[in-house]
Amino acid sequence: MSKNNTAVSSLRQKILILYSGGSALDSKIVAWSLFDATEKEKMITGDSDVPPYESVFDAMKDGWRVIQISPIQSIHPGTEYSTGYLKFEHVLEKIASTDG
Amino acid sequence: MVNKKYLLTSKQMASFVNKGFLRFDKIIPKKLCDEAFRELKRNPDHKWWLTNGKPFSEIWTDSVIGKVFRHPKVEGIIQSLVGPNPRYDHHFPHRIEPGKLEPQNWHADSIIDTRTKHFDIQLFFFPQDTPREMGGTLILPGSHFRRVQESEISRYHNIVGQLPIVCKAGTLFVTHHNIWHCAQPNRSRKLRFMFKLRLNPTVRQINLWNTDDLSDPEIENVLMKSHPWTGVEERIEQVLRIKLWRFLTDNQHFDSRYWLTRIENEPTTIFEYQQSGVYENKGKLN
Repeated sequence: MSKNNTAVSSLRQKILILYSGGSALDSKIVAWSLFDATEKEKMITGDSDVPPYESVFDAMKDGWRVIQISPIQSIHPGTEYSTGYLKFEHVLEKIASTDG
Repeated sequence: MVNKKYLLTSKQMASFVNKGFLRFDKIIPKKLCDEAFRELKRNPDHKWWLTNGKPFSEIWTDSVIGKVFRHPKVEGIIQSLVGPNPRYDHHFPHRIEPGKLEPQNWHADSIIDTRTKHFDIQLFFFPQDTPREMGGTLILPGSHFRRVQESEISRYHNIVGQLPIVCKAGTLFVTHHNIWHCAQPNRSRKLRFMFKLRLNPTVRQINLWNTDDLSDPEIENVLMKSHPWTGVEERIEQVLRIKLWRFLTDNQHFDSRYWLTRIENEPTTIFEYQQSGVYENKGKLN
């Protein structure tokens, strides 16, 4: 393996999932999760009461890259007044090194 | 028959409809808590799988656990929510060892439950002081209307408004069957127990509590209080609460902020209005 490949292999994805209260990227965060493949950070249920960012847009300004946002769903007849999973899910990533 | 003084009030019931739970601090005497803790330690399994579906009156007729759930105040709570002769569903003594740092993931119990009116209750009994370092159970107030499949919500780590149950010995939380919850790590050096019991109603859950305060105007405020995590869906949640309150009080005309009256308005009396000249009569029909 070349030196360059060794450097690349130490890079890992950090996935931050932010759930906002509305479909706009600047609406308030209501829930969040972090999955860090560098294993430097570990988030578990109930370990924080305050979202890491006010909004998805704030996270973007801090260098997080948005890789998925929830589409705005059509309302299916018969389900107009039912609720389920958190509606507006945004998946963001940062690439970080396992070194240092 | 439960003494009326032990039944819940309408305001408490409205709070249950809003949050999906009620909290009763130190409702079980300490001596009984200590007895229950010793019993749970000695016999943690408690044959929880053997008796599903029996009348609750036939369960634990001669045990300390029976004394806990037949305490007059607890009987009043149970009767107010699921009626006088509930059916035993199951129970489970949750034993969290000291130093167990892995939490549970968020989940709702059982499987997808499509009922919109009737509900089961789950009683979470904490027999010992449970500070935050011992974990407690984490619950999400207002999550009971959400239709989810058990632990499919395990992707979520933290939700604004989540409530860790931190309490003194003898505290009881009584929840709607569908509330989101998860056990928290036990960072202390003490063994922790949380004993959960699920009961089913056997009667229609209508006006089962002390309804003396049913017309208290404060009830509407209790029902409509927002939760910080519902975002733009808060109004839908409010509609669901109004619908459940209509059922529980057997009052199909109950509304708040005109939400349901507006969307149910499909006039059939235009012709009658026109013919009767009711417009000149300030809208009053005979």
